[in-house]
Amino acid sequence: MSVSILRGMSDSIPAGAARPADVAATVRAFLAEAVGDAPEPDEDMFARGTVTSLFALQLIAFVENTFGIEVEPEDLDFANFRTVNAVTAFVGGKRAATSRG
Amino acid sequence: MDTHTDTDTAVVAGAAGFADTVRLDAAAWDRTGVLPATVVTDAGAAGLLARDLPRRYGGADASPAAIGEATARIGAVCSSLRALLTVQGMVSAALGRWGSAEQRERWLPALATGAAVAGFAATEESAGTELAAVATSIEPSGDALRITGRKRWVTFGATADLLLVIGRLDGAPAAVLVEGDRPGLRREPVRGQLGLRAAQVAHLDLDGVRVPRSHLVAPAGFGLSHVAGTALDHGRYTVAWGCVGLARACQRAATAHAVERVQGAVRLADHQLVRATLGRGHVAVTAAEQLCRHAAQVRAVRDPDAVAATVLAKYAASRAATRVSRDAVQVHGAAGCDPDSLVGRFLRDATVMRIIEGSDEVSELHLADHAIRAHRRSGAAAPARPGPVAVPS
Repeated sequence: MSVSILRGMSDSIPAGAARPADVAATVRAFLAEAVGDAPEPDEDMFARGTVTSLFALQLIAFVENTFGIEVEPEDLDFANFRTVNAVTAFVGGKRAATSRG
Repeated sequence: MDTHTDTDTAVVAGAAGFADTVRLDAAAWDRTGVLPATVVTDAGAAGLLARDLPRRYGGADASPAAIGEATARIGAVCSSLRALLTVQGMVSAALGRWGSAEQRERWLPALATGAAVAGFAATEESAGTELAAVATSIEPSGDALRITGRKRWVTFGATADLLLVIGRLDGAPAAVLVEGDRPGLRREPVRGQLGLRAAQVAHLDLDGVRVPRSHLVAPAGFGLSHVAGTALDHGRYTVAWGCVGLARACQRAATAHAVERVQGAVRLADHQLVRATLGRGHVAVTAAEQLCRHAAQVRAVRDPDAVAATVLAKYAASRAATRVSRDAVQVHGAAGCDPDSLVGRFLRDATVMRIIEGSDEVSELHLADHAIRAHRRSGAAAPARPGPVAVPS
């Protein structure tokens, strides 16, 4: 899949295969790229004021593409996206729901 | 059998065929400032609108590459008609992505056929490039939302049946759907603007317009970053390809004129300065095409870098379009200044394309941000190399 060539990252991880720690590390690495240095696990990265107006959509595309999930309209809650821990929990929840379904 | 490819081929061929049927009318539309309603109906019937929507909503589920090429075919004939495709695609993309199930079922089929023409009402007097400054208020009022504000430069704002309005709800950016026949909506058509003269541009006055609460698209707080963001990303993509079509048409026109026009027993094409102009134009058009194709590829796999690749494509293509159209006017001489001149009209249109959906200057800031991210990704110690988006494959 060409995504790995384009981003230099691993291909999408199959549903249910990644541990929360792996998800958190991957999310943290993406955010470090986006905001300059890696945020703390519970740091609100939107509060830094360094993200651009395109960042929100890039973050959505990143979690969908990397973890093979679909962010749906009902998932739009800042509680899901503010911090590394929040994104990790969100991804974990979506993947659990996907593998059950 | 690859049905996706069959669909893509049909989408591009359909647009090319439609472009041929309206080629001779576009100058008159520009002069009168009107895109006839029948053309909108015909464009819908020909399947030109919202072609990348899923089939269940009446879309063609075409690939980004096919959407791009199809848009370029229309852009090579009429920027105002191309703008119809753009705004319809923007609102459809935003609703398709973030609309409720009810909103998608209600509106997407109508947008796909052109039964409803869409408008995207974001810009205000004090909120242009900086959309975060929108002041239009969206206030809860019983079971309804009351919308008050003034929107400017709304493409197809004079005729739109469905407006996606960006405002503030409880202080947070929010997006709301407003039907064109809601009481309290007044339209003030704009005439004689620099370019896109047949795109039915209007300023809109919303004076306590009431819509059901179910017209809110995504929760308050997500109206700008996600709803408008998705619309603008789609808009940049089709504007970019429209610019490619425009630039191709100008390069063709300049080349044909240079080859055919003889003055003082010398063909224009035999003057070295004219040949150099054609050479530079060829580079500009080819580079814009390749950057747009690259954007198509990364969009197709939903790469997180697709947003940035699209900004890059739009930036480069709109600059190529202004450059090539300006040179084409120069090569045509007085003929390029004729009121009905294709290249003259396209020079005016191309200038607008460097401002809408992200001006040159804002694009440069985003592109710099992307370059810095690519640098971080590659590791600060590694030697500088072009980022992945900078080199189309």
